[in-house]
Amino acid sequence: MFPCPVLFLYSRFIRNTMYLDLAEHLGLIFHLLLKKPDSSCVFVVRKDQDIYIQTLRKLFNESHGIFIGLQRSEEEFAGKSRKTQLVQVSKNYRSVIRACMEDMHQAAVSARDPALHSQYSTQVSILSAMELIWNLCEILFVEAAVAGPLLLRLLDWVRLHVCDVDNMVREVLSSENPSKHELFWNLGNTQTLTEMELKWQHWHEECQRYLQDGTFASNSHMESICKILLGDENAILEKKELMTTWYHFLVTRLLYSHPTVKPMELRFYAQSSMDLFLGGESSPEPLDTILMAAFEFELHQVIKECSIALSNWWFVAHLTDLLDHCKLLQSHNLYFGSNMREFLLLEYASGLFSHYSLWQLGVDYFDHCPEYGRVYLELHIERIPLNTEQKALKVLRICEQRQMHEQVRSICKIMAMKALRNNRLGSALSWSIRAKDAAFATLISDRFLKDYCEKGCFSDLDLIDNLGPSMLLSDRLTFLGKYREFHRLYGEKRFSEAAKLLLMLMTAHIAPCSFWMTLLTDALPLLEQKEVIFSAEQTYELMRCLEDLTAGKSDKQKFQDDDVETMKVEMLRLALARNLARVIVKEGTLEGS
Amino acid sequence: DGTSCVSVCARCLAKSDGVISIQDNRISIWSVGDLGNVGLNGEYQGEPQLLCDIRHNGDVMDMQFLDQERIVVASSTGNVTIFRHHQNNQTLSANQRWEKAHYHVDRDASCGGAACTGVICSNPEIVTVGEDGRINLFRADQKDAVRTIDNADSSTLHAVTFLRTTEILTVNSIGQLKIWDLRQQRNEPSQIFSLTGDRVPLHCVDRHPNQQHIVATGGQDGMLSIWDIRQGTMPVSLLNAHEAEMWEVHFHPSNPDHLFTCSEDGSLWHWDTSTSVSEKPSFLHQGGRSTTYFSHNTINQSVVSAWLSNDPTKDRMEITNLIPNQTLSVNSLDILGPCLVYGTDAEAIYVNRHLFA
Repeated sequence: MFPCPVLFLYSRFIRNTMYLDLAEHLGLIFHLLLKKPDSSCVFVVRKDQDIYIQTLRKLFNESHGIFIGLQRSEEEFAGKSRKTQLVQVSKNYRSVIRACMEDMHQAAVSARDPALHSQYSTQVSILSAMELIWNLCEILFVEAAVAGPLLLRLLDWVRLHVCDVDNMVREVLSSENPSKHELFWNLGNTQTLTEMELKWQHWHEECQRYLQDGTFASNSHMESICKILLGDENAILEKKELMTTWYHFLVTRLLYSHPTVKPMELRFYAQSSMDLFLGGESSPEPLDTILMAAFEFELHQVIKECSIALSNWWFVAHLTDLLDHCKLLQSHNLYFGSNMREFLLLEYASGLFSHYSLWQLGVDYFDHCPEYGRVYLELHIERIPLNTEQKALKVLRICEQRQMHEQVRSICKIMAMKALRNNRLGSALSWSIRAKDAAFATLISDRFLKDYCEKGCFSDLDLIDNLGPSMLLSDRLTFLGKYREFHRLYGEKRFSEAAKLLLMLMTAHIAPCSFWMTLLTDALPLLEQKEVIFSAEQTYELMRCLEDLTAGKSDKQKFQDDDVETMKVEMLRLALARNLARVIVKEGTLEGS
Repeated sequence: DGTSCVSVCARCLAKSDGVISIQDNRISIWSVGDLGNVGLNGEYQGEPQLLCDIRHNGDVMDMQFLDQERIVVASSTGNVTIFRHHQNNQTLSANQRWEKAHYHVDRDASCGGAACTGVICSNPEIVTVGEDGRINLFRADQKDAVRTIDNADSSTLHAVTFLRTTEILTVNSIGQLKIWDLRQQRNEPSQIFSLTGDRVPLHCVDRHPNQQHIVATGGQDGMLSIWDIRQGTMPVSLLNAHEAEMWEVHFHPSNPDHLFTCSEDGSLWHWDTSTSVSEKPSFLHQGGRSTTYFSHNTINQSVVSAWLSNDPTKDRMEITNLIPNQTLSVNSLDILGPCLVYGTDAEAIYVNRHLFA
């Protein structure tokens, strides 16, 4: 039923060709839609971005708003009010198409380059064709106009799209029996179908009598009008040049011969109208096939033909979604699992993702594809280039709102790594906090500590001094924060507090073993103070730490240790011993205890 | 993405598409007609008209009018450009550019630029901040930067605004608000404030137009913080606002008891602390000059306390979401008089010309 591996592959092709984005395709393959019978079949492929981008982006953006509104709209309304609502949605879509047509037309008018002018004009006709098809679908499917109003709608439809006014209609209104004609026009709700039919019959017979009586014999013009009014096909066909299309002919014909036509009867008249009008001279164009399918109420055929002709996922995706909301599509499963509405929406949204700025719209479309939307989103969202932090934040927010934790972690890691490479340690930390990534926080802390060891002072104090609760994200980070605090206390000459903190860092194993030597070395100035700072208890602890550290080294390592290392250890031992001595004495005396 | 910045000058709007990467980013100038011109029934006179536009290289991260004709634009490529709007023939042209004003380690590398995230002007001075943690002070028509503070911040600076003529406020991605005194030669902030609790990144900052010690900031979690920079290092009040990043916060320039915030969650909130009439004691309702005098004072008093008040139940603050059907992010807003302009990710700008109607 539905295309087909060819179309499927083609859509893959579109997605993979990064530079051929959705908007360009609209122009590329649209030639198919308006193919003239004598044109060649070779199409020149061009990247014409300027033409499509500005106005069509408006189409995509505004229709996105309408789409979301439709998905969110209340399903509780049943029957007539729901239908009114859906018709309004359809009208909104059409008004967006018309607005784009307007803009495109303005662009065509103001284009100085003739080639550009013709391209814009082509676009206008394509959009016009789209609106034509949509309008017909709205009348037949969304509104499902019944006999009576059906013809009125079709009349409006034709009038809207045909430049030449129906001269004959005008003449009718100004003819001899206006009252009778007004009766005819009064096809409002006040009359039932049967009443109307009867009135029309009466009027029709009267017209017939006038013709047969030869009332108009003197004036051939009036006579032909009368024949037309009677629905004489040949008479109408004579005026073929006033009608631009077969569907114009169809509606005119129905107006005069079967104004109370029922929806299901349309197909017969449509087929014969097309045959009569084209008269075997020309073959139907894609647009004709689509309209015919609509008149035949072959919904799936309409969508299929549109997909092929337009290769414009926008149109079929939104139309199908609307028809699905009208409960007109059976949930016909395609061979790869999703239903038609979902397939088209997925294709459309995927196209948006390959477009550099419209991807945000695509997210919402994926959200409303229950089966595969999430998977598609997960795959696409990771491939969005993150050239600024703001964009990364937007992508992150989308992932977080949908509990896509994997993607959150991955994006934060990418941003953190970028920051780290640019030496932006604060930024890197900020990304790790967002992802609650302890491992990365440890990495960043190690960088800080390494910098400290090399330079002898901390870089980015504004960051380390201000970690707050994020300090607890990783042990290493906690150590960094506390270590900096030690330095601060020392700087403020709060020695006993500093001492306590320093010791705690080792005994509570907050400090990594590799850093113990540095910490013990930091203890030296405290040990050397005039005043005794470390208590006996604390000194013993320090000694134990030192011994643990040196004992941990193998003999080989001790051999490899250079003089500086050995000297450091010796100095520490000496300082600790001296401190112990002093403190024992101090604590031993009466004042000291 | 979408419309990333709007900036209002007396007669025009400047809007930028701010879309990503190499294609088609534009700065556009729109006319909304005379701001004071209202139709018979108070309706606005038609849609904004596009006057002119110009291509821009990179995303527009921030922009501001320098004077009636010139706009300073901050780019994601790290460039800072002054565009001039020629009103006689309605064109835009690039007037001056500082290339790679913001850059990461290797300035000369092809992708060495770092996004310039914020710009603030006080003719002829221009201050910019960026993802490189750098602060630049430029002067219009001077080729080189007047002053550059490298590595002013170890994280990304998201926004900057003037506190006084020689002092600026910056906010960064580890939840800090910093005051910098540009007269001083040292490259350290004169004061650092920070959020309590989690160091949520701050994205925007604005200062009260009259009471210069009142500062508002917006965070990544959508929280609005009000700070009194005369005292303490923590915010005075924290107001749970949006559900996602707050991109911009603005005090109304002439009616500062009104504040506006916009967010990634698609909403734009109007915070109104102007005291309602019923709150005034009855004796003040009698007509005459004295009433005016009293009410003016009373309003000023309550404004101060309203913004700095800790107790939201005592606050007579009215908060309204100005967007009925929110979908995509509102990236930027600006206000002048009764006119509010905002731009969204749906590539649309909205103009509301009767804010206080």
